[in-house]
Amino acid sequence: MKSSVITFPGSNCDRDMDVALKKFGFKNKMVWHDDVELPKSDLVVLPGGFSYGDYLRCGSMASKSKIMTSVINFANSGGMVMGICNGFQILVETGLVPGVLLRNKYLEFICKNVFVKINNKKNTYFKNINKVLEFHIAHNEGNYFCTKDQLKEIEDNEQVAINYCDKDGKTEEQFNPNGSIKNIAGIFNKEKNVLGMMPHPERMIDHSLSGEDGSLFFNNLINNLK
Amino acid sequence: MIVNEQVAIDHGLKKDEFAKICELLERTPNITELGIFSAMWNEHCSYKSSRLHLKKLPTKGKQVIQGPGENAGVVDIGDNDAIVFKIESHNHPSFIEPYQGAATGVGGIMRDVFTMGARPIANLNSIHFGSPQHKKTKNLLRGVVHGIGGYGNCMGVPTIAGQTNFDSSYNGNILVNAMTLGLVKKDKIFYSKAAGLNKPVIYVGSKTGRDGIHGASMASASFDEKIEEKKPTVQVGDPFTEKLLLEACLELMAGDSIIAIQDMGAAGLTSSSIEMASKGNLGIEIDLNKVPCREAKMTPYEIMLSESQERMLIVLENGKENQAKKIFDKWNLDFAIIGKTTKSKRIELYFNNEKVSNIPVNTLVENSPMYDRKWKKSKLPKKNIIKKEHLNSLKIINVLKKILSDPNVCSKEWIWQQYDHTVMGDTIQKPGGDSGVVRVHGTNKAVAASVDSSAVYCWAHPLTGGKQVVCESFRNLISVGAKPIAITNCLNFGSPENEDNMGEFVECVQGIGEASKYLNFPVVSGNVSFYNQTKEKGIKPTPSIGGIGLIKDYQKMITMDFKEVDNIVLVIGKTEGHIDQSLFSRNILNEKNGPPPEVNLFNEKNIGETLLKLIEKDFIKSAHDVSLGGIITAVAKMSIKGNKGINLIKPKFLINEIEYYFAEDQGRYIIEVTKENLKKVSDILNKNAVHFDQLGTINENQLYINDKTKVTIDELKSSHTNWLENYMSK
Repeated sequence: MKSSVITFPGSNCDRDMDVALKKFGFKNKMVWHDDVELPKSDLVVLPGGFSYGDYLRCGSMASKSKIMTSVINFANSGGMVMGICNGFQILVETGLVPGVLLRNKYLEFICKNVFVKINNKKNTYFKNINKVLEFHIAHNEGNYFCTKDQLKEIEDNEQVAINYCDKDGKTEEQFNPNGSIKNIAGIFNKEKNVLGMMPHPERMIDHSLSGEDGSLFFNNLINNLK
Repeated sequence: MIVNEQVAIDHGLKKDEFAKICELLERTPNITELGIFSAMWNEHCSYKSSRLHLKKLPTKGKQVIQGPGENAGVVDIGDNDAIVFKIESHNHPSFIEPYQGAATGVGGIMRDVFTMGARPIANLNSIHFGSPQHKKTKNLLRGVVHGIGGYGNCMGVPTIAGQTNFDSSYNGNILVNAMTLGLVKKDKIFYSKAAGLNKPVIYVGSKTGRDGIHGASMASASFDEKIEEKKPTVQVGDPFTEKLLLEACLELMAGDSIIAIQDMGAAGLTSSSIEMASKGNLGIEIDLNKVPCREAKMTPYEIMLSESQERMLIVLENGKENQAKKIFDKWNLDFAIIGKTTKSKRIELYFNNEKVSNIPVNTLVENSPMYDRKWKKSKLPKKNIIKKEHLNSLKIINVLKKILSDPNVCSKEWIWQQYDHTVMGDTIQKPGGDSGVVRVHGTNKAVAASVDSSAVYCWAHPLTGGKQVVCESFRNLISVGAKPIAITNCLNFGSPENEDNMGEFVECVQGIGEASKYLNFPVVSGNVSFYNQTKEKGIKPTPSIGGIGLIKDYQKMITMDFKEVDNIVLVIGKTEGHIDQSLFSRNILNEKNGPPPEVNLFNEKNIGETLLKLIEKDFIKSAHDVSLGGIITAVAKMSIKGNKGINLIKPKFLINEIEYYFAEDQGRYIIEVTKENLKKVSDILNKNAVHFDQLGTINENQLYINDKTKVTIDELKSSHTNWLENYMSK
């Protein structure tokens, strides 16, 4: 399986994602934001970080980068595109996935482990995962928001990918770290080939780190892609 | 502007210093030159009050590649890997403008590390605030934490450990000390020594603006009621540009075009150009019209003294300019050839084709003032006599809960959750333990780092306090299974012109020196911050020690959480019952006087090394050093972390139970071992003459002494975790 990770100026989880993808068997290439053409890929990842410093709305500058035209075309033709954290923010800015990401409810950066419940398993990303996942978040703007009409559409199309929950999968407000509407932690596009999510599976790939559910995620992903 | 004595005094120079400048130059300096002298001769850059004493610190060791004098210290960790590290203060700016002050402190220290060719792999910080009740404390704390996070998180460097303290002596002067560790290949370390004639001098990074002019001079003076007027002297940080600068510099460093490189930190272009010339015994010629400026009509004076952030000065090999420029173009950073090295040994500046400065380099560096300030020796205070009836009337559990929720002991999770501590994917011990630990990427090795200070002990007796803080750092590294390598120090004190404050400095440094020499724990970098005072009142002497250690096989790392029910818990090191200056004495008995606990360097080394042996043999399940709050506080923290309890038995000693549990005798650790290994562990401890007491056995969920004295771990946990969050949300 071939993957590509896009590096924007200010990306800082690009290396971590590269390490993770390679660990689970992807042949990964790093792609510079100023390039025009995307290498042949089975998966494109927009990594976390602070693209262009996030001085404007997070992700908005990066969404206009040269390479993004190719990424958008790739996604629209059914290619698998995954945006993590800042990558999710970029995806939102391109309009590939609906909604916006606001500042965290308590106005503070949050770095900690969280649990997420998979809401939709009928897709390449989460098919065959049958448990609540322990993931890791590290963000300042992960408070997912959309209009009522949008929310209805998202739910009707089963676009909610994962929700924040407790270890038993209860998705109550108290397990919501950042104020996201309906505890939403990740969203698909209508076709489910594009996934944006705040948690960082690439930081959970070794028992010495914060946990190993990232390993589960990547192993499952590459198997589903095969 | 005509330069005279008054103008010099307004620049923070003393009368006789100005006279010396005129004598060295054999004329009166012009305003640009005066600005340069004031920047180079202030306390912050010249170390004029401290140099004499710092010379006495041990700075050499088998693993030391570079000691003090460069941008940061460098130590060897084997396999051609080296760690570059340093701690630095950003106290004054952080008090004036907490967010930017703290942010640029973090930015500055990271630059010091990547200037040497190392990729930063971990950040730490030691931050000190006034009393929680003081009206400024909450906002300062919030601003500093946001600033540290804002910069470090954006750079993508994990913040893995730190220390937060509250004490009313910081009401008018908070402390923000930032530390960074970087990883470099031993044969790819870059230095700031210029070499060769007619080599191009390159400016890269952000443009120069009017921010931070006289920042270093501001940091070399006390505060008064006009402090708000000093806001313009605080620099403004741009972590995004620094991230680009980091990547661009490392890309350039992969080749062989750099002769010397120096970041523009305190005193900006002035100190960076002069340091490079001075170390290379060369001159430098700069055309100031070529310096990229953010604002129009900046004067030579402003350009030379600006402390705009995220800038570097590089001396390149001839003919490599285009290749270098391409890299900086790729990262959208300014790149300008602004001058060249010369044989004149002078700093010669041109502006609009006019020579605006012509100063011999040695007058700024070697001839800078050095003072042997008057200082007062401290006496060891007398011991307090504590009434046993008073102790017996106290309830252990109530005291424990009070101590666990003390601002200086309570969990600092509210703070470190705002720092990205997991980015780079190698953090194997998060904040909240004895040390932060990161793996050396792609290897089995890991580096542990801790930052410590014990201002109360240093205040009570500077010599003992100085020793103690080095030992504390040593212990924090050993507790996670790391072999201590070296330290960096950040020496925060009041005015050196005050004999008491100067005495505190001299004796703390002496204590640090003695301990680091005895423990083979050399000082490889650091900085001094004086004038931490508002009007006449100085802070408690606060040397912060940043220690690093190596874990050869990271699978053997130790954490402090209790692991398994029925395991045995021991305290190693002797408990004499030293209560004076303990948290217990100060906060429960309300007794602020008395001597700090004694430091026995022989025991410290012996116990530490013995524990490392036990860890090497896989006998240790968890470990934690005993510090503030004594044995029972240490045990409670291990219980909370591990979600387990303990049945405590007090060994049969002559001292009171309260003294036994809350004393802060030094050189002690709590360790957890299995029943099966207890005999072997005892034998090794005995063989090495390490005193130990068996403290108890791990249980499911309560701290149990007897039926009347017990508490659930959940209850202790809420005492421990709630204080800070409640305080900040009020």
